[in-house]
Amino acid sequence: MRRIRALSLIAALALIGAACGGDDKAADTGSSTPVATNAVPASASGPGTGGKAVGFIFVGPKDDFGYNQAAYQGSQELKKAYPSLEVLTAENVPENDSATQVMEDMIAKGAKIIFATSYGHKDPGLKVAASHPDVVVVSQGNFVEGKMAANFGTYFGTVYEPVYLAGIAAGKATKSNKLGYVYAFPIPQTLANISAFELGAKSVNPEAKTYVVNTSNWCDPAKQAEAANSLISQGVDVLTQHQDCTKTVIATAEAKGAMTVGYHADASALAPKGWLTGSEWKWGPMYTDIVKTIVEGKFTGSKYNANYRVGYKDGENPFIQSKFGPSVNADTQKLVTDAKTKISSATGSPFVGPLKDQDGKELIASGKVPTYDEVEKIFASSFVDGVIGKIPKS
Amino acid sequence: MNLFLEVSTGAVRGGTSILFAALGETIAERAGVINLGTEGSMLAGALTAYAVTAQTGSPWVGVIAGASAGGLMALVHAIMVVRYRTNQLATGLVVLFLGLGLTSLFGASYVSEIIKPFKTWKVPGLGSIPWVGDIFFNQDPLVYLSYFAAPAVWWLLYRTRAGLLLRSAGEQPDALSAYGYSPSLVQIIAVTVGGMFAGIGGAQLSTAYANAWFENMTQGRGFIAVALVIFAAWDPIKAVFGAYLFGAALALAPALQARGYGLNQFALDVLPYVMTLLALVLFGRKRVDHAPEGLKSVFELAPSS
Repeated sequence: MRRIRALSLIAALALIGAACGGDDKAADTGSSTPVATNAVPASASGPGTGGKAVGFIFVGPKDDFGYNQAAYQGSQELKKAYPSLEVLTAENVPENDSATQVMEDMIAKGAKIIFATSYGHKDPGLKVAASHPDVVVVSQGNFVEGKMAANFGTYFGTVYEPVYLAGIAAGKATKSNKLGYVYAFPIPQTLANISAFELGAKSVNPEAKTYVVNTSNWCDPAKQAEAANSLISQGVDVLTQHQDCTKTVIATAEAKGAMTVGYHADASALAPKGWLTGSEWKWGPMYTDIVKTIVEGKFTGSKYNANYRVGYKDGENPFIQSKFGPSVNADTQKLVTDAKTKISSATGSPFVGPLKDQDGKELIASGKVPTYDEVEKIFASSFVDGVIGKIPKS
Repeated sequence: MNLFLEVSTGAVRGGTSILFAALGETIAERAGVINLGTEGSMLAGALTAYAVTAQTGSPWVGVIAGASAGGLMALVHAIMVVRYRTNQLATGLVVLFLGLGLTSLFGASYVSEIIKPFKTWKVPGLGSIPWVGDIFFNQDPLVYLSYFAAPAVWWLLYRTRAGLLLRSAGEQPDALSAYGYSPSLVQIIAVTVGGMFAGIGGAQLSTAYANAWFENMTQGRGFIAVALVIFAAWDPIKAVFGAYLFGAALALAPALQARGYGLNQFALDVLPYVMTLLALVLFGRKRVDHAPEGLKSVFELAPSS
């Protein structure tokens, strides 16, 4: 008995060690790409120049195996690239007026650049940008309609590209032809993701359908558990998600013998058996380039002073594919690699027309390849045909 | 799995954390103390159970630690309101925020930890009964523990001398003093034990149900538990039905969605709370008459005679 307990203690420690090891490795990859340390030019002028700090606000904790962890790692890579700038970080910043207050505090501490890293931080960010013309606020995700202020911008990767590739792995792996998607809110980015996942699966398995459940919360673990359980009891055998904290869905799937496609971060340690692949963020290079543009006084009018979207076609998508799990065979891996080459080409996209929505209405005309900007508009309130489940009405 | 079966299974699984908290709150309120800090005790239990499970590898050790942490939070409340006669409602809220703050602070480093959680365990024999087996006997060990806990609390309150003393502390503290017992001590013990139950409820969330720790992961379930106690007229057996009703409302939304029904999701999300409110409005007024004497002054807020 004692021996068993000692063994399980060792196992627990090993797991913790593995988790920490994973973190270190991720950080190392960041630094091993030759990041020259940059100096801040003294003479530049314009919004965002002349500051001594850069502020980052996160909606959740920095160790959430998800969105916030990835953004936090990006901020730490920026710190390495710009040793002379202080990097201020604030976790668990709600998407309301408290965010405005946190950003004001950062500005008071000398920050002239603010990264508002959650979708709902956009509006507080716009408020701060309006009252501080000398400060640049950039919003991670979300979209500014109409005229863009000279000191504001939104940026994002094209998340649906690696999600499409993961859909291929899911479509090959499923035995029930039922895939499950646990998501938070019906925002365009999520609807495009779910549609891309279904299209990826359908491209290799015409019978594959994607069942959706939403939780109306970016991180309510109990609701996630219930959503995952519901989907699994409907016969779903591959689960994926769009949540900020991703542990619960993956752990629930693994416990019930279902397979998992990750999102936001490499969580393969949570699902040694069921992990297929996933998508994860690598923000460091983009954060560094945004800061470089700002401190050189070139922000206004630059590509970042807009709704900037970058994907496989430009080469530098900050959203990359996670490693494959043990059950994904070489044939499937090749299908994924080939598809990646295809959607990276000028005429490629997960969303090449003709595509229909759930009601059979045309979403994208035959032969049309939508641009990155167009995708979020096309999927403002539609799922592609093959997704089972309705978009919640408010 | 059909809809009824799935929602019922989800109701038991999801209602258990609320059930434990409601049982604990029943004990505290029977002794004349309302503890709005129940949510804080749940959070303390959820984090401590998760952290200790991560350290030791045993979720059972985690649950014991979680119960202790929940009891400790409640002890703070008990000492304030019993010893220093502070306002029960205000103190409960302070204890909640204390729990929220402390668990956010100390919990940050456990968000990324991985644990070996409780596993679903099918009870031999019972688990094979159609319907009943699926709903009640194919669950995690803490659900099974709750099957014993609810009757045990009832038995304790109504069939033991300790229960008589406890209820006297809530109804006739002077009589208790006259017999040479300290009502204050009885109340402090009752509130602390109540907090331990809430701690187990929190532990069920983090180590058996969601298998994760996140800041504020209880999301108001402690308050639901406090409301349920009133709805259940301070009866631990009725609290079981209340907790499962709430659990069913929670399980209904994903079960319908997974079947592709296009219902108003936002309306479904408020359903559990609307049901709790309705229950309070329908039964609440009558219920207050059943309230332990010591609680009536708290509910009426105005200083009673």
